[in-house]
Amino acid sequence: MEGVRMSSEPNSSLLERVRSPFEGPNTLGNSNGFWLTFGVGVVSLALYPVLFGTYAAGERAVFLVYALLGVSLCFVWGFCGILSFGQVAFFGVSGYTFGIVGLNVSSYTGVTLGIVAGIAVATLFAAALGYFMFYGGVRDVYVTIITLVVALVLKTFMDQTAGGEWAVGEAELGGFNGMRNIPNLAIGVGDIGIEVSRAMHYYVALAALIGVYLGLRVLVNGRFGYAMVATLEDETRTEMFGYNTTFIKLVTFTLGGALAGLSGVLYVTWGNYINPQQFAITAASMPVIWASIGGRDSIAGTIAAAIVLQWIELQLSGEWALVIVGSLLVFVILVMPEGIAPRLRTFVLDRQSSSEPTTTPATTEEVTD
Amino acid sequence: MAASDPTVKTTRAVDETGERSSRILQTRDLHKEFGGLTATDTVDFAVEEGELRCLIGPNGAGKSTVLNLITGQLEPTAGSIYYDGIDITSLPSHERVDRGISMKFQVPTLYEDLTARQNLRIPLQRIVDAAEFETRTRELLAQFDLLAEIDETPATLSHGQQQRLEIAMAMALEPTLMLLDEPVAGLSVEETAEVAELLRTIRAQEGVAFIVIEHDIDFVETIADRVTVLDQGSIFTEGTIEEVKTDPAVRRIYLGEET
Repeated sequence: MEGVRMSSEPNSSLLERVRSPFEGPNTLGNSNGFWLTFGVGVVSLALYPVLFGTYAAGERAVFLVYALLGVSLCFVWGFCGILSFGQVAFFGVSGYTFGIVGLNVSSYTGVTLGIVAGIAVATLFAAALGYFMFYGGVRDVYVTIITLVVALVLKTFMDQTAGGEWAVGEAELGGFNGMRNIPNLAIGVGDIGIEVSRAMHYYVALAALIGVYLGLRVLVNGRFGYAMVATLEDETRTEMFGYNTTFIKLVTFTLGGALAGLSGVLYVTWGNYINPQQFAITAASMPVIWASIGGRDSIAGTIAAAIVLQWIELQLSGEWALVIVGSLLVFVILVMPEGIAPRLRTFVLDRQSSSEPTTTPATTEEVTD
Repeated sequence: MAASDPTVKTTRAVDETGERSSRILQTRDLHKEFGGLTATDTVDFAVEEGELRCLIGPNGAGKSTVLNLITGQLEPTAGSIYYDGIDITSLPSHERVDRGISMKFQVPTLYEDLTARQNLRIPLQRIVDAAEFETRTRELLAQFDLLAEIDETPATLSHGQQQRLEIAMAMALEPTLMLLDEPVAGLSVEETAEVAELLRTIRAQEGVAFIVIEHDIDFVETIADRVTVLDQGSIFTEGTIEEVKTDPAVRRIYLGEET
């Protein structure tokens, strides 16, 4: 597929120039069919508030926020082999940090500072944890265990922060009841700025998700992406090409922490609230479930799975929802261990190659990411 | 970067004894234990610039251990390694690669999802600009007779083509010492002859030193300048292929098993 960029259409060169940074061997979907599906998906999501009303969209914005958390895992796991249960730790730490800054520094300045502080603290936390893990020679399943333990330790710690003594200035951590009255998303200084209403939050989250998605596609198909994927496939081999694979894993993990931090800020500004349940084992498993079902090599697949599974959970509500999502996970892992999106792509490719003679080369490309 | 870095080459050739020499690699009392088991014992091993050295010995003689100690995949229990006159014993693998040590693994370890062109990009992007990828890729693939396979993935390549692509990838870094772990294991007679021819061509063009681990004594005979025989973790003897072949003790420990 790579290299089949020649097309008979005369004005395709501009389109291909626009597309080319987003395409390469490290993302599954590079075909016209894929981009068409992507476009339909984006337009549908953008039209959701128009069709179902701004109230519904305001409520559902959280699906997109959590999808971004799923993307942060997909990036470190699917592209560099780091299976982290700790994405919720960076998500939560960022959310609490935003709350502390936002509640203490009044006006738009506080919120703007909070965004920066939340993402910065999450990034530094990921960098520190990653440094001790990767430079300490921790690998594979032990990385998974350590990141899970970090999330659970944060849960235990935050649970006991009830009462006035656990307050940072105006912001009470609130124990298992959580931190309340966290301000809305806004940007500005002093009294001059723009506040994002709950209805608008949907579009902000959607823009963040699309921006991150396209940005990551450029990154994974670029110089660093080749190094990441090489490290994922064979670390020893990649080191013998002169790559510092430990550093590559650290950078990847840190960037994943920053993305989880961004979703944490979008989460607390959406609900104006966060509690330690965000660090619990159920919450920690969710991104892993979305990436497993959607396909960990596929950012778009992970996003789709995150949105669809949250929707299913909402429809089913209650304890049964988790049982059903869990069963679906087991089913997908048994039947298609690579996830739905990669399997769908193989299926479409097989269909196309079996009807090869009737199609032109320009259209015989893969469809899903 | 440093594979083509002139400073590395100009500061070379003074080893810890202060002597200038043409030795590119020198190990001193190299000792490695796994648990209580000694894998290599006081190995003093030297390779000259541009030389092709074969490392032979029965299974468990410590050949792979020596290679892994040179690349830094293993840390020695005691002893040191000098490369280009510099003590590299404590350097991580990737920094040794920067100094000019390259390795081709025994088991083919190409990146399965990438085409030949994209596989080559992984070493190339470290030393050349994106604008030069295509030119360098084509040069290398032409040199290794793989130009027609530029857009093929490893699964569609023959075993011999995979071996050549791997050597091309290791050579892409312009090394001064190339380590090959059983480059002809599992190849047909014709493919073995091709690899031997290829090694001779590379040597003629580039003046790279080689250390080759090999079981196939006929292959060793066609390529080696000198042969080092390892047995039970120590150097048993060293010499030209003729000297080694006619040594009755070597025949007893090693060659006798081969026939």
